[in-house]
Amino acid sequence: MSIPQDLKYTKEHEWLNVVDGVATVGITAFAAESLGDIVFVQLPSVGDTVTAGEVFGEVESTKSVSELYAPVDGEVVEVNGATTDTPELINSDPYAEGWLLKVRLSGDVPALLDAQAYAVLTQEN
Amino acid sequence: MSKETSLHGVHKGLGALFTDFAGWSMPIRYSSELAEHKAVRETAGLFDLSHMAEIEVTGPQAADVLDFALVGNLSGVKPGRARYTMICDETGGVLDDLVVYRLADEKFLVVANAGNAAVVAEALAERVSGFDAVVDNKSEDVALIAVQGPKAVEILGAVTDADLGALKYYASVPAVVKGHDVLLARTGYTGEDGFELYVPAGEAPAVWRILTEAGEPHGLLPAGLACRDTLRLEAGMPLYGNELSLQLSPYEAGLGRVVKFEKPNDFVGKAALEELSKKDVPRVRVGLKGSGRRAPRHGYTVLSGETEIGEVTSGALSPTLGYPIAMAYVDREHSEPGTELSVDIRGRIEPVEVVALPFYSRA
Repeated sequence: MSIPQDLKYTKEHEWLNVVDGVATVGITAFAAESLGDIVFVQLPSVGDTVTAGEVFGEVESTKSVSELYAPVDGEVVEVNGATTDTPELINSDPYAEGWLLKVRLSGDVPALLDAQAYAVLTQEN
Repeated sequence: MSKETSLHGVHKGLGALFTDFAGWSMPIRYSSELAEHKAVRETAGLFDLSHMAEIEVTGPQAADVLDFALVGNLSGVKPGRARYTMICDETGGVLDDLVVYRLADEKFLVVANAGNAAVVAEALAERVSGFDAVVDNKSEDVALIAVQGPKAVEILGAVTDADLGALKYYASVPAVVKGHDVLLARTGYTGEDGFELYVPAGEAPAVWRILTEAGEPHGLLPAGLACRDTLRLEAGMPLYGNELSLQLSPYEAGLGRVVKFEKPNDFVGKAALEELSKKDVPRVRVGLKGSGRRAPRHGYTVLSGETEIGEVTSGALSPTLGYPIAMAYVDREHSEPGTELSVDIRGRIEPVEVVALPFYSRA
C-alpha cells in the first residue's frame, strides 16, 4: 500500500500536509482499507475549532464506525464537501480527492511520524 | 491460531482481507464489500462457507432422533428436501439454528453455524443415546461453497449435468461438477436464488476454480463475510449471536412456526416451548427503517419518546435500498409496522419506523 513520502502521519492513521500554517488532514489508505467501503462521514463546519487528540468527526463503513481525532489545534478553514457527498472518495483516493479538512494551526505542529515510521507502524498492525 | 479452510490459499491469492470468525480465518472481503454485495444482487457471488459444521445422522432411527433432538418435524421431510429448523435446550432457549437435509430415508445432514459447531455436535451426540442411529461430525472433511445470485443457474448449469430446473428451493441432489462429486443444494443466506455445494475438502480449490471460470463471463465475484452479513440483513434473516441466542426462544425471534408440536413424540424443550407458545412474549424481533446515512448498529438502544423499549441486534446502511435498516428486539406494544420509534446512534437520537421483514425480496 502506498505511503506518500511528503506527508506526516499520526498513530491514529491520519495524514497531514502542513503548508504556510494550514494543515490538510485526511485518513490514510491503510485506515480506509481497514474500515472497508466508507458510506458516511461526519465533519465539523468551517469556523469550528479542533483540539489535538480530540474527536472532530467520524467515518462509518458498512461494518464499523471510527472516530476521527484531530492531529493539531486550530480552526477549520475548509471542509471537503465532496467526501460527505461521496464518501467512497476516501477509499479510492485518500491522499488527494479524499482529503477531509484544512485547519489553520493555532499552535505548534506536534511530533508526527514520517512515512518510514508510519510504514513500520502499519506493518506492526 | 485460527483454523483455515481448504480454500485459504485461494483466498490469499485473490488478495482477500481476513478476519477471525468463530475461530476461523475467513475472508471478510476481496476488494469492496459493496461491489460484492451488488454482484450477488445483480449477477452472482461465490462464497467459502467451509467454517460451517456438517454433521451426518444415519441409521434406522435417524429421523426419530432428529425429531427428538430438534424442534422441527424432520421425519416429515422427504428425501432430497431440506428444512430450516432449530435445536433448543430444555428451557426453549435456542442452541443454534440449522439447515437439515434429508439425503435418504436413513441419512440426514445437519448444518450448524461455525460458532456453535461443538455445542450442536455434543448435543446431538448426547441426544442420540437410546436411538438406533449414529451421529458423525464431518466438518473437517467437508467444504462448503455457495454460488448466490440471479446468474447462479446459468453459471452452475455450465459445469454440471444436474437438472437445475427441477431442483426446488430447499432441495438437494448428488451431482457432478466437472468430475467432482458434490451435494448440490438450492439453499442460501442472501435472499437470492442460488446453490450451496458440499464438497470433499481436498477438492474445494478445484471446484472453486471451475465455478470462477464459469462465472467470469457473468460477472461473478468472490464474496466475503462482510457482504454476506448485509445480504442476510436485507433478507431479514436472523444471525445467531445477534438475533438468536440461548436467552431467547424461537417465539421472540418471530420464528415460532419452526416448532412442531404435532410431532408424535416428545422432543427436547417441548414442555417449555408449549408454555411459551401460549403467551405473548414481551419482546419481539422487528425491522427498523431509518433515514439519512447513519445506521443503527448492534447494541444500540431503541426508544419510544424518551423511554427505552428495545435494542438493535443488527444494522447497516442497506447497499441495495440506500437507507439504514436494522433488526431489533422491542417491547411488543411498539412492534406494529408503521410505529415511529428512534434509535440512540452514539448520542444522536435518529427517527426510525417499524417495518415488516424482510427489507428486500427478490423480484
